Amino acid sequence: MGLQEKLAAGKFVVTSEIGPPKGTDITEMMEDAQLLRGRVDAINVTDLQSSVMRLGSLPVCHLLQERGLEPILQMTCRDRNRLALQSDLLGAAVLGIRNVLALTGDYASLGDHPQAKPVFDVDAVNLIQIIKKLESGTDMVGNPLSGAPKFFVGAVVNPGGNPVEAQILKMEKKIQAGASFFQTQAVFDLSAFEKFMKRVAPLKVPVLAGIILLKSAGMARFMNKNVAGVFVPEPLIEKMATAPDRVKTSVEIAAELIRGLRGLCQGVHLMPIGWEKKVPAVLDAARL
Amino acid sequence: MLLSQQKPLEEILRSLEGEEKIFILGCSGCAEASGTGGKPQVLEMKEKLQKAGKRVTGYSVVDFLCQKALIQSRLRAKAREVQAADSILVMTCGVGVQAVAAVSPKLTHPACNTVSLGGSRGEWQGAERCAECGDCVLDATGGICPLTACSKFLLNGPCGGTTKEGKCEVDSEMDCGWRLIYERLEKLGKLDRLRKLREPKDHSKALPPKGLRLSARWALDRVQ
Repeated sequence: MGLQEKLAAGKFVVTSEIGPPKGTDITEMMEDAQLLRGRVDAINVTDLQSSVMRLGSLPVCHLLQERGLEPILQMTCRDRNRLALQSDLLGAAVLGIRNVLALTGDYASLGDHPQAKPVFDVDAVNLIQIIKKLESGTDMVGNPLSGAPKFFVGAVVNPGGNPVEAQILKMEKKIQAGASFFQTQAVFDLSAFEKFMKRVAPLKVPVLAGIILLKSAGMARFMNKNVAGVFVPEPLIEKMATAPDRVKTSVEIAAELIRGLRGLCQGVHLMPIGWEKKVPAVLDAARL
Repeated sequence: MLLSQQKPLEEILRSLEGEEKIFILGCSGCAEASGTGGKPQVLEMKEKLQKAGKRVTGYSVVDFLCQKALIQSRLRAKAREVQAADSILVMTCGVGVQAVAAVSPKLTHPACNTVSLGGSRGEWQGAERCAECGDCVLDATGGICPLTACSKFLLNGPCGGTTKEGKCEVDSEMDCGWRLIYERLEKLGKLDRLRKLREPKDHSKALPPKGLRLSARWALDRVQ
């Protein structure tokens, strides 16, 4: 059973992400991926995360696929125009990759090549439209394809967006365009997230809540100040600040969030950002 | 000198769907020179709209639709006609449409596509920017251009990067353009405008016709 079938069957799914390295040494990344074997339902492979030039998502998805792990190809609109996006989608299809997560992408100036020209030829909603068009057997302007791809298309939403109504409006458009599941920005405040889920419940689309592992109180405060839509409540920051063992406390916090999310949404999406090796411990503690 | 071209009438009528009473604004600056928004074109448009079953509550031709103080005083002079209208059709460049939207109590519809700004940001420079895309989308966004107000030129709504303060994650000094669009349409009671899926933009329209590219004074020459 793949991710699509598990979600359709109502299973509480778990996804986690790995980030391709800057360079060609994939040893550590593949170790991280191996640790997830049998523990998660699919693995997101990020697409030049944080706008930093590195190994791409597509070849890494292929490597995972070859090793019997189910990848989710993250695809942003930052670096490729409509020709390149469509071509890479065909490439993904012939490599047997089924899951695609369509994102707008971080802005280029946030990464290590701020001089780059940001592309954003199409937006995430358009990208979903394009995927659906390819599935229908033509390219986005209607030229016939010899052989059409088939994908399971996901998208993202920021439940802490400002205003959140605009985020939900865009979420609806993504569904209308053809998105079948959502992964969210990191959630730390369960009651705020519960309110969000109540509002999007009528949309009847599976939502996987984002989980970021807190590395320190400083990281939590940094995210509150600088990461759009992320809010770590003070008691959690306090817990991290006074923890004798930060890793242990971080794992406990994440596990507790996951347990709390079980009744609220259809799954969780872990973003360990450097703490990939701690994911199994989080899942153990969350009894998943 | 800003060069514009009138949108096809069908597109204008489509954008006015559901709006029965229209006030028309023309510009006797560059739009007149372009032959797209001077008095003759405004009168012509008035007739076309009436023929299509619209009621034109009034019109005004302003010297420069990029000059917000001037727009305000002209709208005030025509307050009754403006108030009676559902929305305003603005026959000028993207800068002008945005300037009108910034000071108008009504939803604004662009009647023109801006082909070239000729290096200018309007004869009266304000905060409004036009991207010369040749396929104006201001109709859907409450008169705030998503190509210039959003760092990522998004057409279908905000990315996840609006900060708590409502700024853009790319630049904390810059307002999130999509927050501004959302707030303005919410204030105008026109949020339904945002629900329509916008197709990928046709960037080939941004290329000015060869004749315009060869001569920046093209439009002026035509009036003389």
